[in-house]
Amino acid sequence: MRLDRLQNGLWHLIRYGLIVGIGFIILYPLLRQISFAVMHPDDLFDLTVNWIPRNITKINFQVAWEMLDYSKALINTLGVTLLLGTLELASTMIIGYGFARWRYPGSNLVFGLVILSIIIPPQMVMVPLFLNFRYFDLFGLLPEPGVNLIGSFWPMVLMALTGTAKRSGLFIFITRNFFRGMSTSLEEAAYVDGAGHLKTFLRIMLPNATPIAVIVFLFSFVWHWNDLFYTDLFLQGRNLLQIALLRINSQFNYPWANKAVEGTYIQLVNNAGMLLYILPVLFLYAFLQRYFIESIEKTGLVG
Amino acid sequence: MRRSRRLSLKTQKSLLGLLFTLPFILGFGAFLTWPFIQSIIFSVSKLTIVPTGYVLDFVGLQNYRHALLVDAKFRQVFMETVVTMAARIPVILVFSFFAANLLNQRFPGRTLARVIFFLPVVMGAEITLKMQQADYMQQAMSLSESGLIPLRVIRESLVSLKLPLAFVNFIFEAINQVPVIIRSSGIQILIFLAALQSIPRSLYEAADMEGATAWESFWKITFPLISPLMLVNVVYTIVDSFTAPDNRLLELIQETAWAGAGFGVSTAMSWFYFSIIVVILAITGFFAGRGVHYET
Repeated sequence: MRLDRLQNGLWHLIRYGLIVGIGFIILYPLLRQISFAVMHPDDLFDLTVNWIPRNITKINFQVAWEMLDYSKALINTLGVTLLLGTLELASTMIIGYGFARWRYPGSNLVFGLVILSIIIPPQMVMVPLFLNFRYFDLFGLLPEPGVNLIGSFWPMVLMALTGTAKRSGLFIFITRNFFRGMSTSLEEAAYVDGAGHLKTFLRIMLPNATPIAVIVFLFSFVWHWNDLFYTDLFLQGRNLLQIALLRINSQFNYPWANKAVEGTYIQLVNNAGMLLYILPVLFLYAFLQRYFIESIEKTGLVG
Repeated sequence: MRRSRRLSLKTQKSLLGLLFTLPFILGFGAFLTWPFIQSIIFSVSKLTIVPTGYVLDFVGLQNYRHALLVDAKFRQVFMETVVTMAARIPVILVFSFFAANLLNQRFPGRTLARVIFFLPVVMGAEITLKMQQADYMQQAMSLSESGLIPLRVIRESLVSLKLPLAFVNFIFEAINQVPVIIRSSGIQILIFLAALQSIPRSLYEAADMEGATAWESFWKITFPLISPLMLVNVVYTIVDSFTAPDNRLLELIQETAWAGAGFGVSTAMSWFYFSIIVVILAITGFFAGRGVHYET
């Protein structure tokens, strides 16, 4: 009996050790970031300072705030992300519902294409996609050389609307599974009462699909917010946080070539800027972590 | 009058399905299939930008030859990337399964532990990578040793013990991969955790009554019941690690496109890469698909 308790206690100890260790590795970049963001430039060359700065300052944040044009860029980024999240939510809900409820010749094949769209790395089609939007001619309908859509929101809006944006395939898969798990009796009742298909979908099915809609929207929001690939490809020159951050980033890409104090200093600014950039997402996660963590259980992927 | 225009129920349903999924069909055609076909064409052409757009000249397999034989970095980066990514996949799977089991147990502070474990899902790998790059530069500049264990010291002492250098390098490569592996396991842990929670407790109780050990009930109950999600996780992990932002090959492909040998060579490189992904997916799908136990 005592041996049992000893074993149990030992296991508890090991478990906490493991969890704390893994947690530390995950939090490490974030903690490092915070440490650098509040560090005074003088401390950089102080070898005794590693984690906890001797002089805590908010000057890095102030400089980063200005370099990023933060308040404006934040509103812009927020606007774009909300727009894309909403569009992706709408399109994937509709498409997922279509796959869940009705079959037509070839519908299985089309659903296979959804899975395929998850697998294709976006870098595969990066070059043609960029050129198609650079010389956008609506597939031959507009005169040569077409319209330049690079730098506008259209490429990402079009992709979000058609369920081909970042990880849309995954969302279609999830919404389809969810709607499949819903009983059809509600819809039948609505049809009997004379509602059309669209009305049934909007009035009956959508309100019942709120849990899944919340998940799709949250993930879509966060993934679009974190996205550097598409924003860098399509939205060059826009006043967005991602673009501004890449701009600061590129200013000190070669630290060994330029060891000047200013070169070092921009690093601290970059750290502060990074933190300003991910702060909204961290806030969102802190308040809504339940939705993220319970998400998979609600997707119908399991059992 | 109205009645005669009505379609049969079956056609009506087909049309509705088509109507609802039409956005995807259009999008897939316009933003994936067409660029996909174009990338085949680009990979066998020389692309020049002219004021009215771009022109293509057919050059045969020259771009592929350039990627393989002329490009200084491609072959090495390709091999390295494929080996690293392929080696990472099983480790991520084992780790995420282990972590899910850990988080499935009851202990004080479990919610906080879950919140931290899933943070990488929210923070995004691209951002974390950018953060780390800043960190590395920081270390290179301030010359201060970072991390809890001074790895360099351990490494030197191992080498001085006359252990084979290849072995030491392997160990250190593995250690370097630990943070990456932990941070790319978020979604997989989430999936495994949900799977573990969906297994009815009564099964374990019954097995316990019959005298099964924890080891036996793990292999006879837990493992078969989560195996369908194992397949999901395998596929997800493969796709995720082959599109991971720390992937040096994808970096090289982007670099080649915008600042290197041009679009043609870049697309040729991405075709080499894509073929490898398809082969690996096919092989794992074939083997993993056999081991899956379906309840119904």
